[in-house]
Amino acid sequence: MATKRKNVLPGFGLTLGFTLTYLGIVVLIPISTIFFKTFTLSWHQFWAAVANPRTIAAYELSFGASIAGAFINSVFGFIVAWSLVRYEFPGKTLIDVMVDLPFALPTSVAGITLTAIYASHGWIGRLVAPLGIKIAYAPLGVIVALTFVGLPFVVRTVQPVLEDLDEEYEEAAATLGASRLQTFYMVIAPALIPALLTGFALAFARALGEYGSVVFISGNMPMHTEVVTLLIMSKLEQFDYAGATAIAVVMLLASFAILLAINLLQRWSLRRLAT
Amino acid sequence: MAIDSQGQATRPGTADPAWIRRALIATMFAFLALFLFIPVIAVFTEALRDGLGTYFGAIVAPEARAAIRLTLMTAAIAVPLNVAFGVAAAWAITRFDFPGKQALLTLIDLPFSVSPVIAGMLFVLLVGVRAPIGGWLASHGIRIIFAEPGIVLATIFVTFPLASRELIPIMQAVGSEEEEAAIVLGAGGLQMFFRVTLPNVKWGLLYGMVLCNARAMGEFGAVSVVSGHIEGHTVTMPLYIEILYNDYRFAAAFAVSSLLTMLAIATLVAKRLLERRVAPVKREQEEVEVRAAA
Repeated sequence: MATKRKNVLPGFGLTLGFTLTYLGIVVLIPISTIFFKTFTLSWHQFWAAVANPRTIAAYELSFGASIAGAFINSVFGFIVAWSLVRYEFPGKTLIDVMVDLPFALPTSVAGITLTAIYASHGWIGRLVAPLGIKIAYAPLGVIVALTFVGLPFVVRTVQPVLEDLDEEYEEAAATLGASRLQTFYMVIAPALIPALLTGFALAFARALGEYGSVVFISGNMPMHTEVVTLLIMSKLEQFDYAGATAIAVVMLLASFAILLAINLLQRWSLRRLAT
Repeated sequence: MAIDSQGQATRPGTADPAWIRRALIATMFAFLALFLFIPVIAVFTEALRDGLGTYFGAIVAPEARAAIRLTLMTAAIAVPLNVAFGVAAAWAITRFDFPGKQALLTLIDLPFSVSPVIAGMLFVLLVGVRAPIGGWLASHGIRIIFAEPGIVLATIFVTFPLASRELIPIMQAVGSEEEEAAIVLGAGGLQMFFRVTLPNVKWGLLYGMVLCNARAMGEFGAVSVVSGHIEGHTVTMPLYIEILYNDYRFAAAFAVSSLLTMLAIATLVAKRLLERRVAPVKREQEEVEVRAAA
């Protein structure tokens, strides 16, 4: 990019023109409508939709369950990535391929199958029901669904960093008398933190906007198991576009904030890799 | 890394004690069983619960066939459009310098951070019958929301970045030397594209198409908002599964689900096979990025 020579390649105007036109029609104009619509609401209308108890309960559940799901994925995603990179075991390739299943499986399929196994008569629900634990049709079910949809993110952000991690450092640490545990939290963990945080943020962002897999397992009881996306959906079904817009714009701004955080994290981890 | 027959790393100081290794592998299997393997097995056992007759009956029912047709048609429109966009965007971004390139890259990724329900809602607000544009279109007999065009639009939105984000790093890594040579030697633009560019990026293009297709056929939230659930007309496969499930026709719901599950597994296998061809190129590109950030 530093050299200023004449570019002989054709098609700049055509491809950039098409890119911008298509981007404008498909993405930018639709997204801008929600902000225009927000400006047509009175402050009172906006506040009535966003600050009522049912909406606040939905925000709390969506954020809380998304954080819980992302946290579960951070712990277990790390274990999966570590095992895939460091150990040999039967079925390794199968697991490596299957980790991406939540990306490829339609969310309505995930929703009904998770409900079937975590309901009180299901394969897993039946085991915990005698202990008085209810998973499907309870907040726990929402966490299960959000853990499922965010599962690939932490594995896929940590795995490549772990593969690149030079074992010489670990060897050196061991030679210098560090125990395996010390080596882990003083040599390995610091290198993984940016990737782990990125994976957490990606899983969290995905979970926050999730609809399909949650709608079946949650039971959708207002104030109890109703997530924000579901609340937006029910407002739309009642043609309460003002209410839906107000709730959605808050979610959209939260998602954009997470996107910004992810970008900053990725820049940070690139810089860490470079030094 | 070197691994011996017991699956243990052979380099001193890099090996975990055997009990930790066993405990971590066991934890991994338990976690993935709960969240991946048991759900997939459950799809097929639930689908076959009432026997093969019910299974095939559910798949060939007229409503099911209509849903399959609509899903295929939607993907057949959304995937080529987004792939064409991906090629154009990757060409403009990787072959030329212009101000605002970074902002453009961010905007392309934007649909990923929009919840599917909100994505569908955007189109209701823009072209629904109560919106100015939608009202005008409706008065001319054109319905977009609660009709097929809305489903296609919503699907295009949610699958928008999938092809371009695979193509951009690959085109960047391949470089433009061969294309410049073709032009200098007198090739036309299209000739260069079909004989140099396309062969260089074909695996990446296919990879983007596979990902885009899986999401297009499986999208639920966004499509659910704009569909109106008119059976036989605006119901895609994922929506049809919901209708069956809410009707307590569980075996039929899981039968249709099993088709989409097979598609998902085929997608993962295709993804893995293509990754082998794409990964070395992308890896090179990541190293360039790391150096650039330094």
